[in-house]
Amino acid sequence: MNKTLKRWFPIFLLPTLAAFLIGFVVPFFIGLYLSFCEYGTVENATFVGFANYVRVFTADSQFWYSFGFTALFTLVSVVLINVIAFAVALGLTRGIRGTNFFRTVFFMPNLIGGIVLGYIWKMIINYGVLIPLFGKDLSYSTAYGFWGLVLVVAWQQIGYMMIIYISGLQSVPEEQIEAAKIDGAGWWQTLRSVTLPMVMPSITICTFLTLTNSFKLFDQNLALTDGKPFRTTEMLAMCIRNTYGTTPKSHGTAQAMAVVFFLIVAIIALLQLRSTKEKEVQQ
Amino acid sequence: MNKKNYWLTGLFSIVCAIYLFPLAVLVINSFKDKQAITGRVFHLPTKETFVGLQNYLRGITSINFFQSIGYSFIVTVLSVLLILLCTSMCAWFIERVGGRFCRWIYYLFVFSMVVPFQMVMFTLPYVADRLGLTAPWSIPLVYLGFGAGLSVFMFTGFVKSIPLSIEEAAMIDGCTPLSTFFRVVLPIMKPTYISVAILQAMWIWNDYLLPTLVLDKTKGYYTIPMAIQSAMTDSYGSVDYGAFMALLVLAVLPVILFYILGQKHIIKGVISGAVKG
Repeated sequence: MNKTLKRWFPIFLLPTLAAFLIGFVVPFFIGLYLSFCEYGTVENATFVGFANYVRVFTADSQFWYSFGFTALFTLVSVVLINVIAFAVALGLTRGIRGTNFFRTVFFMPNLIGGIVLGYIWKMIINYGVLIPLFGKDLSYSTAYGFWGLVLVVAWQQIGYMMIIYISGLQSVPEEQIEAAKIDGAGWWQTLRSVTLPMVMPSITICTFLTLTNSFKLFDQNLALTDGKPFRTTEMLAMCIRNTYGTTPKSHGTAQAMAVVFFLIVAIIALLQLRSTKEKEVQQ
Repeated sequence: MNKKNYWLTGLFSIVCAIYLFPLAVLVINSFKDKQAITGRVFHLPTKETFVGLQNYLRGITSINFFQSIGYSFIVTVLSVLLILLCTSMCAWFIERVGGRFCRWIYYLFVFSMVVPFQMVMFTLPYVADRLGLTAPWSIPLVYLGFGAGLSVFMFTGFVKSIPLSIEEAAMIDGCTPLSTFFRVVLPIMKPTYISVAILQAMWIWNDYLLPTLVLDKTKGYYTIPMAIQSAMTDSYGSVDYGAFMALLVLAVLPVILFYILGQKHIIKGVISGAVKG
Protein backbone atom coordinates (compact mmCIF):
# COMPACT_ATOMS: atom_id res chain seq x y z
CA MET A 1 0.00 0.00 0.00
CA ASN A 2 2.84 2.28 0.92
CA LYS A 3 4.30 2.24 -2.58
CA THR A 4 1.01 2.54 -4.44
CA LEU A 5 0.04 5.47 -2.27
CA LYS A 6 3.34 7.24 -2.86
CA ARG A 7 2.50 7.65 -6.53
CA TRP A 8 -0.64 9.58 -5.56
CA PHE A 9 1.50 12.32 -4.07
CA PRO A 10 0.23 15.05 -6.47
CA ILE A 11 -3.38 14.54 -5.42
CA PHE A 12 -3.02 13.96 -1.69
CA LEU A 13 -0.08 16.09 -0.63
CA LEU A 14 0.61 18.69 -3.28
CA PRO A 15 -2.39 21.05 -2.83
CA THR A 16 -1.81 21.53 0.89
CA LEU A 17 1.94 21.71 0.43
CA ALA A 18 1.68 24.36 -2.29
CA ALA A 19 -0.69 26.48 -0.21
CA PHE A 20 1.53 25.99 2.82
CA LEU A 21 4.51 27.31 0.87
CA ILE A 22 2.52 30.36 -0.26
CA GLY A 23 0.76 31.03 3.03
CA PHE A 24 3.50 30.22 5.47
CA VAL A 25 6.95 28.97 4.43
CA VAL A 26 7.84 31.62 1.84
CA PRO A 27 6.50 34.62 3.85
CA PHE A 28 8.22 33.27 6.95
CA PHE A 29 11.65 33.08 5.35
CA ILE A 30 11.32 36.36 3.46
CA GLY A 31 10.33 37.90 6.79
CA LEU A 32 13.33 36.39 8.51
CA TYR A 33 15.62 37.72 5.77
CA LEU A 34 14.04 41.18 5.75
CA SER A 35 14.60 41.55 9.48
CA PHE A 36 18.29 41.87 8.57
CA CYS A 37 17.59 44.40 5.81
CA GLU A 38 16.76 48.02 5.27
CA TYR A 39 14.00 48.16 2.70
CA GLY A 40 11.19 50.13 1.17
CA THR A 41 9.76 47.33 -0.91
CA VAL A 42 10.77 43.68 -0.89
CA GLU A 43 12.63 44.07 -4.21
CA ASN A 44 15.08 46.78 -3.14
CA ALA A 45 16.15 45.42 0.25
CA THR A 46 19.77 45.95 1.30
CA PHE A 47 21.39 43.71 3.86
CA VAL A 48 22.38 45.58 7.03
CA GLY A 49 23.15 42.77 9.45
CA PHE A 50 21.88 43.17 12.99
CA ALA A 51 21.20 46.92 12.72
CA ASN A 52 17.41 46.45 13.00
CA TYR A 53 17.73 44.28 16.08
CA VAL A 54 20.12 46.76 17.68
CA ARG A 55 17.48 49.44 17.07
CA VAL A 56 14.74 47.29 18.59
CA PHE A 57 16.73 46.65 21.74
CA THR A 58 18.27 50.09 22.21
CA ALA A 59 16.66 52.97 20.35
CA ASP A 60 13.04 51.87 20.31
CA SER A 61 11.73 52.37 23.81
CA GLN A 62 8.15 51.78 22.63
CA PHE A 63 8.91 48.10 22.07
CA TRP A 64 10.12 47.66 25.65
CA TYR A 65 7.25 49.68 26.99
CA SER A 66 4.79 47.50 25.08
CA PHE A 67 6.61 44.41 26.27
CA GLY A 68 6.21 45.49 29.88
CA PHE A 69 2.57 46.44 29.39
CA THR A 70 1.84 43.13 27.66
CA ALA A 71 3.65 41.14 30.35
CA LEU A 72 1.74 42.86 33.15
CA PHE A 73 -1.55 42.46 31.31
CA THR A 74 -0.79 38.79 30.67
CA LEU A 75 0.04 38.15 34.32
CA VAL A 76 -3.15 39.77 35.60
CA SER A 77 -5.45 38.22 33.01
CA VAL A 78 -3.98 34.70 33.29
CA VAL A 79 -4.43 34.64 37.07
CA LEU A 80 -7.88 36.22 36.97
CA ILE A 81 -9.27 34.08 34.15
CA ASN A 82 -7.98 30.79 35.54
CA VAL A 83 -9.07 31.37 39.13
CA ILE A 84 -12.59 32.44 38.13
CA ALA A 85 -12.95 29.75 35.45
CA PHE A 86 -11.87 27.08 37.89
CA ALA A 87 -14.26 28.32 40.57
CA VAL A 88 -17.15 28.39 38.09
CA ALA A 89 -16.25 24.89 36.88
CA LEU A 90 -16.28 23.63 40.48
CA GLY A 91 -19.77 25.09 40.94
CA LEU A 92 -21.04 23.63 37.69
CA THR A 93 -19.91 20.06 38.37
CA ARG A 94 -22.09 19.61 41.46
CA GLY A 95 -25.21 18.75 39.53
CA ILE A 96 -27.09 21.93 40.40
CA ARG A 97 -30.26 23.01 38.63
CA GLY A 98 -29.63 24.87 35.37
CA THR A 99 -26.05 23.64 34.89
CA ASN A 100 -26.43 23.25 31.13
CA PHE A 101 -27.96 26.67 30.68
CA PHE A 102 -25.22 28.38 32.71
CA ARG A 103 -22.53 26.55 30.77
CA THR A 104 -24.07 27.62 27.47
CA VAL A 105 -24.25 31.27 28.50
CA PHE A 106 -20.74 31.46 29.94
CA PHE A 107 -19.21 29.94 26.83
CA MET A 108 -21.02 32.16 24.34
CA PRO A 109 -18.79 35.31 24.32
CA ASN A 110 -15.98 33.16 22.92
CA LEU A 111 -17.60 32.96 19.55
CA ILE A 112 -17.87 36.71 19.12
CA GLY A 113 -14.85 38.16 17.37
CA GLY A 114 -12.40 40.49 19.06
CA ILE A 115 -13.29 43.59 17.02
CA VAL A 116 -17.04 43.33 17.64
CA LEU A 117 -16.49 42.41 21.28
CA GLY A 118 -14.13 45.32 21.81
CA TYR A 119 -16.63 47.84 20.45
CA ILE A 120 -19.55 46.44 22.47
CA TRP A 121 -17.55 46.93 25.65
CA LYS A 122 -16.18 50.28 24.56
CA MET A 123 -19.73 51.62 24.27
CA ILE A 124 -20.73 50.25 27.66
CA ILE A 125 -17.59 51.29 29.53
CA ASN A 126 -17.49 54.78 28.01
CA TYR A 127 -21.15 55.78 27.91
CA GLY A 128 -22.39 53.61 30.75
CA VAL A 129 -19.68 54.04 33.36
CA LEU A 130 -16.76 56.38 32.76
CA ILE A 131 -18.44 59.39 31.16
CA PRO A 132 -21.49 59.57 33.50
CA LEU A 133 -19.40 58.96 36.64
CA PHE A 134 -16.09 60.70 35.93
CA GLY A 135 -16.72 62.68 32.77
CA LYS A 136 -13.78 60.94 31.06
CA ASP A 137 -13.53 58.08 28.59
CA LEU A 138 -11.21 55.12 28.05
CA SER A 139 -8.66 57.19 26.17
CA TYR A 140 -8.14 59.42 29.26
CA SER A 141 -5.77 57.19 31.20
CA THR A 142 -3.58 54.11 30.83
CA ALA A 143 -5.16 52.49 33.89
CA TYR A 144 -8.66 52.75 32.39
CA GLY A 145 -7.44 51.08 29.21
CA PHE A 146 -5.56 48.39 31.10
CA TRP A 147 -8.49 47.33 33.27
CA GLY A 148 -10.87 47.68 30.35
CA LEU A 149 -8.79 45.19 28.40
CA VAL A 150 -8.61 42.83 31.37
CA LEU A 151 -12.40 42.98 31.72
CA VAL A 152 -13.03 42.29 28.02
CA VAL A 153 -10.58 39.40 27.82
CA ALA A 154 -11.88 37.87 31.05
CA TRP A 155 -15.48 38.10 29.84
CA GLN A 156 -14.48 36.41 26.62
CA GLN A 157 -12.21 33.64 27.85
CA ILE A 158 -13.58 32.53 31.22
CA GLY A 159 -16.21 30.37 29.51
CA TYR A 160 -13.68 28.64 27.29
CA MET A 161 -11.37 27.77 30.17
CA MET A 162 -14.38 26.74 32.27
CA ILE A 163 -15.29 24.12 29.64
CA ILE A 164 -11.78 22.63 29.78
CA TYR A 165 -11.79 22.64 33.61
CA ILE A 166 -15.22 20.98 33.67
CA SER A 167 -14.01 18.14 31.45
CA GLY A 168 -10.97 17.79 33.71
CA LEU A 169 -13.05 17.75 36.89
CA GLN A 170 -15.44 15.19 35.47
CA SER A 171 -12.56 12.75 35.00
CA VAL A 172 -11.73 12.78 38.75
CA PRO A 173 -13.01 9.44 40.12
CA GLU A 174 -15.88 9.83 42.55
CA GLU A 175 -14.43 7.16 44.89
CA GLN A 176 -11.30 9.18 45.57
CA ILE A 177 -13.32 12.16 46.77
CA GLU A 178 -15.50 9.85 48.88
CA ALA A 179 -12.42 8.17 50.35
CA ALA A 180 -10.95 11.54 51.30
CA LYS A 181 -14.20 12.55 52.98
CA ILE A 182 -14.35 9.29 54.96
CA ASP A 183 -10.78 9.89 56.09
CA GLY A 184 -12.00 13.16 57.56
CA ALA A 185 -10.76 15.66 55.01
CA GLY A 186 -12.67 18.94 54.85
CA TRP A 187 -13.81 20.68 51.65
CA TRP A 188 -10.64 22.74 51.27
CA GLN A 189 -8.34 19.84 52.07
CA THR A 190 -10.09 17.57 49.55
CA LEU A 191 -9.80 20.27 46.91
CA ARG A 192 -6.13 20.87 47.56
CA SER A 193 -4.90 17.32 48.06
CA VAL A 194 -7.20 15.28 45.82
CA THR A 195 -8.92 17.39 43.16
CA LEU A 196 -6.14 19.83 42.25
CA PRO A 197 -3.45 17.20 41.57
CA MET A 198 -5.92 15.25 39.46
CA VAL A 199 -6.80 18.23 37.22
CA MET A 200 -3.20 19.41 36.82
CA PRO A 201 -3.24 18.60 33.05
CA SER A 202 -6.24 20.92 32.56
CA ILE A 203 -4.53 23.63 34.58
CA THR A 204 -1.43 23.39 32.40
CA ILE A 205 -3.48 23.59 29.20
CA CYS A 206 -5.54 26.54 30.38
CA THR A 207 -2.56 28.45 31.72
CA PHE A 208 -0.70 28.20 28.44
CA LEU A 209 -3.79 28.94 26.36
CA THR A 210 -4.51 32.11 28.31
CA LEU A 211 -0.81 32.99 28.30
CA THR A 212 -0.46 32.87 24.50
CA ASN A 213 -3.90 34.41 23.92
CA SER A 214 -3.06 37.41 26.11
CA PHE A 215 0.40 37.77 24.68
CA LYS A 216 -0.81 37.80 21.08
CA LEU A 217 -3.87 39.99 21.73
CA PHE A 218 -4.55 42.43 18.92
CA ASP A 219 -8.22 42.81 17.86
CA GLN A 220 -9.58 43.68 21.30
CA ASN A 221 -6.71 46.08 21.81
CA LEU A 222 -7.45 47.82 18.52
CA ALA A 223 -11.18 48.15 19.13
CA LEU A 224 -11.14 49.07 22.80
CA THR A 225 -8.21 51.46 23.24
CA ASP A 226 -6.29 51.66 19.94
CA GLY A 227 -3.22 52.35 22.09
CA LYS A 228 -4.66 55.54 23.53
CA PRO A 229 -3.63 57.65 25.36
CA PHE A 230 -0.34 58.28 23.49
CA ARG A 231 0.50 54.64 22.70
CA THR A 232 0.51 53.76 26.42
CA THR A 233 -2.00 50.92 26.07
CA GLU A 234 -0.33 49.52 23.01
CA MET A 235 0.44 45.83 23.32
CA LEU A 236 3.24 44.05 21.42
CA ALA A 237 1.21 42.91 18.41
CA MET A 238 -0.10 46.43 17.90
CA CYS A 239 3.30 48.00 18.50
CA ILE A 240 4.70 45.94 15.61
CA ARG A 241 1.91 47.09 13.31
CA ASN A 242 2.19 50.74 14.32
CA THR A 243 5.96 50.82 13.98
CA TYR A 244 5.79 49.72 10.34
CA GLY A 245 5.91 52.70 8.01
CA THR A 246 6.54 55.50 10.51
CA THR A 247 10.11 56.28 9.34
CA PRO A 248 12.21 55.16 6.34
CA LYS A 249 14.00 52.58 8.46
CA SER A 250 10.87 51.37 10.24
CA HIS A 251 10.04 48.49 7.88
CA GLY A 252 13.10 46.55 8.92
CA THR A 253 12.66 47.50 12.57
CA ALA A 254 9.06 46.27 12.61
CA GLN A 255 10.07 43.00 10.96
CA ALA A 256 12.85 42.53 13.51
CA MET A 257 10.32 43.17 16.30
CA ALA A 258 8.11 40.50 14.75
CA VAL A 259 10.98 38.01 14.88
CA VAL A 260 11.65 38.80 18.54
CA PHE A 261 7.91 38.49 19.21
CA PHE A 262 7.86 35.11 17.46
CA LEU A 263 10.81 33.91 19.55
CA ILE A 264 9.06 34.88 22.79
CA VAL A 265 5.89 33.03 21.76
CA ALA A 266 7.98 30.02 20.67
CA ILE A 267 9.72 29.91 24.06
CA ILE A 268 6.33 29.88 25.82
CA ALA A 269 5.21 27.01 23.56
CA LEU A 270 8.40 25.05 24.23
CA LEU A 271 7.90 25.43 27.98
CA GLN A 272 4.39 24.06 27.56
CA LEU A 273 5.64 21.09 25.57
CA ARG A 274 8.20 20.29 28.25
CA SER A 275 5.76 20.54 31.12
CA THR A 276 3.25 18.24 29.37
CA LYS A 277 6.03 15.75 28.63
CA GLU A 278 7.10 15.72 32.28
CA LYS A 279 3.53 15.00 33.36
CA GLU A 280 3.28 12.09 30.94
CA VAL A 281 6.41 10.54 32.43
CA GLN A 282 5.00 10.79 35.94
CA GLN A 283 1.74 9.06 35.09
CA MET B 1 -30.79 18.56 46.35
CA ASN B 2 -29.81 20.38 49.51
CA LYS B 3 -30.13 23.99 50.53
CA LYS B 4 -26.55 24.88 49.61
CA ASN B 5 -27.17 23.93 45.98
CA TYR B 6 -30.17 26.23 45.71
CA TRP B 7 -27.94 28.99 46.95
CA LEU B 8 -25.44 28.14 44.17
CA THR B 9 -28.15 28.18 41.52
CA GLY B 10 -29.15 31.62 42.72
CA LEU B 11 -25.58 32.88 42.61
CA PHE B 12 -25.03 31.55 39.11
CA SER B 13 -28.28 33.08 37.92
CA ILE B 14 -27.01 36.49 39.02
CA VAL B 15 -23.62 35.92 37.34
CA CYS B 16 -25.45 34.77 34.22
CA ALA B 17 -27.50 37.96 34.18
CA ILE B 18 -24.29 40.02 34.48
CA TYR B 19 -22.82 37.97 31.65
CA LEU B 20 -25.74 38.63 29.34
CA PHE B 21 -26.04 42.27 30.38
CA PRO B 22 -23.68 43.73 27.73
CA LEU B 23 -25.57 41.98 24.95
CA ALA B 24 -28.91 43.12 26.34
CA VAL B 25 -27.67 46.70 26.52
CA LEU B 26 -26.50 46.41 22.94
CA VAL B 27 -29.83 45.16 21.64
CA ILE B 28 -31.84 47.76 23.58
CA ASN B 29 -29.67 50.62 22.36
CA SER B 30 -29.93 49.52 18.76
CA PHE B 31 -33.58 50.67 18.91
CA LYS B 32 -32.84 54.05 20.49
CA ASP B 33 -32.28 57.43 18.96
CA LYS B 34 -28.55 58.14 18.49
CA GLN B 35 -28.56 61.11 20.87
CA ALA B 36 -30.18 58.98 23.56
CA ILE B 37 -27.42 56.36 23.36
CA THR B 38 -24.44 58.48 24.30
CA GLY B 39 -26.38 60.25 27.03
CA ARG B 40 -28.07 57.34 28.80
CA VAL B 41 -26.80 54.01 27.63
CA PHE B 42 -28.49 52.02 30.43
CA HIS B 43 -31.93 53.56 29.99
CA LEU B 44 -34.74 51.72 28.26
CA PRO B 45 -36.13 53.45 25.17
CA THR B 46 -39.05 55.79 25.86
CA LYS B 47 -41.73 56.95 23.48
CA GLU B 48 -39.49 59.83 22.36
CA THR B 49 -36.27 57.87 21.98
CA PHE B 50 -37.62 54.69 20.38
CA VAL B 51 -36.85 54.75 16.66
CA GLY B 52 -37.88 51.28 15.53
CA LEU B 53 -35.70 49.91 12.77
CA GLN B 54 -34.29 53.24 11.61
CA ASN B 55 -30.83 52.52 13.04
CA TYR B 56 -30.77 49.21 11.24
CA LEU B 57 -31.72 50.78 7.92
CA ARG B 58 -29.06 53.50 8.27
CA GLY B 59 -26.43 50.98 9.37
CA ILE B 60 -27.09 48.56 6.56
CA THR B 61 -26.98 51.21 3.85
CA SER B 62 -23.98 53.11 5.26
CA ILE B 63 -21.49 50.23 4.97
CA ASN B 64 -23.13 47.94 2.45
CA PHE B 65 -23.76 45.40 5.17
CA PHE B 66 -25.27 42.62 3.07
CA GLN B 67 -22.32 42.69 0.73
CA SER B 68 -19.94 42.34 3.69
CA ILE B 69 -21.85 39.46 5.19
CA GLY B 70 -21.79 37.82 1.77
CA TYR B 71 -18.02 38.20 1.52
CA SER B 72 -17.55 36.92 5.08
CA PHE B 73 -19.71 33.95 4.20
CA ILE B 74 -17.84 33.17 0.97
CA VAL B 75 -14.43 33.47 2.62
CA THR B 76 -15.38 31.34 5.63
CA VAL B 77 -17.26 28.58 3.82
CA LEU B 78 -14.78 28.21 0.96
CA SER B 79 -11.78 28.28 3.31
CA VAL B 80 -13.24 25.73 5.70
CA LEU B 81 -14.23 23.35 2.88
CA LEU B 82 -10.81 23.67 1.27
CA ILE B 83 -9.01 23.16 4.57
CA LEU B 84 -11.10 20.08 5.44
CA LEU B 85 -10.61 18.39 2.09
CA CYS B 86 -6.93 19.17 1.50
CA THR B 87 -5.51 18.80 5.00
CA SER B 88 -7.32 15.54 5.76
CA MET B 89 -5.96 14.00 2.55
CA CYS B 90 -2.55 15.41 3.33
CA ALA B 91 -2.62 14.07 6.91
CA TRP B 92 -3.62 10.59 5.76
CA PHE B 93 -0.84 10.57 3.18
CA ILE B 94 1.79 11.76 5.67
CA GLU B 95 0.79 9.18 8.25
CA ARG B 96 0.43 6.21 5.88
CA VAL B 97 3.45 6.80 3.63
CA GLY B 98 5.80 7.83 6.44
CA GLY B 99 9.50 8.10 5.70
CA ARG B 100 11.88 10.95 6.29
CA PHE B 101 10.31 13.40 3.82
CA CYS B 102 6.85 13.11 5.35
CA ARG B 103 8.19 13.38 8.86
CA TRP B 104 9.97 16.62 8.00
CA ILE B 105 6.84 18.08 6.43
CA TYR B 106 4.86 17.08 9.49
CA TYR B 107 7.33 18.83 11.81
CA LEU B 108 7.15 21.92 9.62
CA PHE B 109 3.35 21.94 9.98
CA VAL B 110 3.60 21.58 13.76
CA PHE B 111 6.20 24.36 13.84
CA SER B 112 3.84 26.69 11.95
CA MET B 113 1.29 26.36 14.75
CA VAL B 114 3.64 28.21 17.08
CA VAL B 115 4.37 31.12 14.75
CA PRO B 116 2.23 34.21 15.45
CA PHE B 117 0.67 36.01 12.50
CA GLN B 118 2.83 39.11 13.17
CA MET B 119 5.84 37.19 11.88
CA VAL B 120 4.37 37.06 8.37
CA MET B 121 2.02 40.04 8.45
CA PHE B 122 4.24 42.21 6.22
CA THR B 123 5.39 39.50 3.82
CA LEU B 124 2.27 37.34 3.41
CA PRO B 125 0.24 40.18 1.82
CA TYR B 126 3.16 40.76 -0.56
CA VAL B 127 3.25 37.12 -1.65
CA ALA B 128 -0.56 36.95 -1.90
CA ASP B 129 -0.63 40.13 -3.97
CA ARG B 130 2.03 38.85 -6.39
CA LEU B 131 -0.02 35.70 -6.93
CA GLY B 132 -3.32 37.56 -7.25
CA LEU B 133 -4.90 35.95 -4.19
CA THR B 134 -6.67 39.13 -3.11
CA ALA B 135 -10.34 38.32 -3.77
CA PRO B 136 -12.81 36.62 -1.41
CA TRP B 137 -12.83 33.53 -3.65
CA SER B 138 -9.03 33.23 -3.81
CA ILE B 139 -8.09 34.12 -0.22
CA PRO B 140 -9.12 30.61 0.92
CA LEU B 141 -5.80 29.41 -0.53
CA VAL B 142 -4.01 31.77 1.88
CA TYR B 143 -6.12 30.46 4.77
CA LEU B 144 -5.35 26.89 3.72
CA GLY B 145 -1.65 27.71 3.85
CA PHE B 146 -1.59 29.62 7.11
CA GLY B 147 -4.16 27.42 8.86
CA ALA B 148 -2.87 24.04 7.66
CA GLY B 149 -0.73 23.41 10.75
CA LEU B 150 -3.49 22.84 13.32
CA SER B 151 -5.71 20.87 10.91
CA VAL B 152 -2.97 18.54 9.71
CA PHE B 153 -1.95 18.03 13.34
CA MET B 154 -5.49 17.14 14.43
CA PHE B 155 -6.16 14.85 11.46
CA THR B 156 -2.84 12.98 11.81
CA GLY B 157 -3.63 12.42 15.46
CA PHE B 158 -6.86 10.73 14.44
CA VAL B 159 -5.44 8.73 11.51
CA LYS B 160 -2.97 7.10 13.95
CA SER B 161 -5.92 5.53 15.75
CA ILE B 162 -7.50 3.98 12.62
CA PRO B 163 -6.52 0.31 12.24
CA LEU B 164 -4.51 -0.26 9.06
CA SER B 165 -6.30 -3.53 8.32
CA ILE B 166 -9.54 -1.78 7.27
CA GLU B 167 -7.77 0.21 4.58
CA GLU B 168 -5.73 -2.78 3.44
CA ALA B 169 -8.88 -4.83 3.03
CA ALA B 170 -10.34 -2.08 0.84
CA MET B 171 -7.18 -1.95 -1.26
CA ILE B 172 -7.17 -5.72 -1.76
CA ASP B 173 -10.78 -5.50 -2.86
CA GLY B 174 -9.56 -3.26 -5.66
CA CYS B 175 -10.03 0.25 -4.32
CA THR B 176 -7.60 2.90 -5.50
CA PRO B 177 -6.07 5.08 -2.76
CA LEU B 178 -8.52 7.82 -3.72
CA SER B 179 -11.61 5.68 -3.32
CA THR B 180 -10.19 4.08 -0.17
CA PHE B 181 -9.84 7.54 1.28
CA PHE B 182 -13.31 8.75 0.35
CA ARG B 183 -15.22 5.54 1.04
CA VAL B 184 -13.38 4.17 4.07
CA VAL B 185 -11.20 6.77 5.81
CA LEU B 186 -13.39 9.85 5.43
CA PRO B 187 -16.51 8.37 7.10
CA ILE B 188 -14.43 7.15 10.06
CA MET B 189 -12.93 10.60 10.57
CA LYS B 190 -16.28 12.41 10.71
CA PRO B 191 -15.92 13.62 14.34
CA THR B 192 -12.52 15.16 13.55
CA TYR B 193 -13.96 16.88 10.48
CA ILE B 194 -16.61 18.53 12.65
CA SER B 195 -14.07 19.64 15.26
CA VAL B 196 -11.67 21.07 12.69
CA ALA B 197 -14.50 22.77 10.79
CA ILE B 198 -15.75 24.51 13.93
CA LEU B 199 -12.32 25.67 15.08
CA GLN B 200 -11.40 27.02 11.66
CA ALA B 201 -14.80 28.62 11.05
CA MET B 202 -14.61 30.47 14.39
CA TRP B 203 -11.14 31.74 13.53
CA ILE B 204 -11.80 32.76 9.93
CA TRP B 205 -15.21 34.38 10.47
CA ASN B 206 -13.81 36.63 13.20
CA ASP B 207 -10.38 37.23 11.70
CA TYR B 208 -9.61 40.88 11.17
CA LEU B 209 -5.93 41.44 10.44
CA LEU B 210 -5.32 38.88 7.70
CA PRO B 211 -8.22 39.87 5.41
CA THR B 212 -7.50 43.57 6.04
CA LEU B 213 -3.97 43.15 4.77
CA VAL B 214 -4.64 40.66 1.99
CA LEU B 215 -8.03 41.52 0.45
CA ASP B 216 -8.16 44.20 -2.24
CA LYS B 217 -10.11 46.96 -0.47
CA THR B 218 -10.20 49.16 -3.57
CA LYS B 219 -12.66 46.64 -5.01
CA GLY B 220 -14.84 46.89 -1.90
CA TYR B 221 -13.94 43.51 -0.44
CA TYR B 222 -14.81 44.07 3.22
CA THR B 223 -15.60 41.22 5.60
CA ILE B 224 -17.76 41.85 8.68
CA PRO B 225 -14.93 42.64 11.14
CA MET B 226 -13.34 44.93 8.54
CA ALA B 227 -16.65 46.71 7.87
CA ILE B 228 -17.25 47.24 11.61
CA GLN B 229 -13.76 48.63 12.08
CA SER B 230 -14.06 50.99 9.13
CA ALA B 231 -17.54 52.15 10.23
CA MET B 232 -15.90 53.28 13.46
CA THR B 233 -12.63 54.77 12.19
CA ASP B 234 -13.62 56.26 8.83
CA SER B 235 -16.11 58.66 10.38
CA TYR B 236 -13.61 60.70 12.47
CA GLY B 237 -15.44 61.56 15.65
CA SER B 238 -18.91 61.91 14.16
CA VAL B 239 -19.86 58.26 14.56
CA ASP B 240 -23.56 57.50 14.14
CA TYR B 241 -23.89 55.42 17.32
CA GLY B 242 -27.42 54.35 16.53
CA ALA B 243 -26.41 52.78 13.24
CA PHE B 244 -23.24 51.44 14.83
CA MET B 245 -25.17 49.63 17.59
CA ALA B 246 -27.47 48.11 15.00
CA LEU B 247 -24.45 46.90 13.01
CA LEU B 248 -22.93 45.28 16.11
CA VAL B 249 -26.22 43.45 16.72
CA LEU B 250 -26.27 42.26 13.12
CA ALA B 251 -22.65 41.12 13.39
CA VAL B 252 -23.33 39.10 16.55
CA LEU B 253 -26.60 37.57 15.33
CA PRO B 254 -25.23 34.97 12.85
CA VAL B 255 -22.69 33.79 15.41
CA ILE B 256 -25.36 33.32 18.10
CA LEU B 257 -27.58 31.41 15.64
CA PHE B 258 -24.65 29.18 14.69
CA TYR B 259 -24.00 28.56 18.38
CA ILE B 260 -27.59 27.68 19.18
CA LEU B 261 -27.77 25.25 16.26
CA GLY B 262 -24.48 23.45 16.85
CA GLN B 263 -23.82 23.98 20.55
CA LYS B 264 -22.93 20.39 21.40
CA HIS B 265 -20.50 20.03 18.51
CA ILE B 266 -18.94 23.43 19.15
CA ILE B 267 -18.10 22.67 22.77
CA LYS B 268 -16.76 19.24 21.83
CA GLY B 269 -14.67 20.72 19.03
CA VAL B 270 -13.19 23.32 21.33
CA ILE B 271 -12.19 20.71 23.88
CA SER B 272 -10.46 18.46 21.35
CA GLY B 273 -8.72 21.45 19.78
CA ALA B 274 -7.51 22.72 23.13
CA VAL B 275 -6.23 19.41 24.39
CA LYS B 276 -4.22 18.79 21.25
CA GLY B 277 -3.21 22.32 20.38
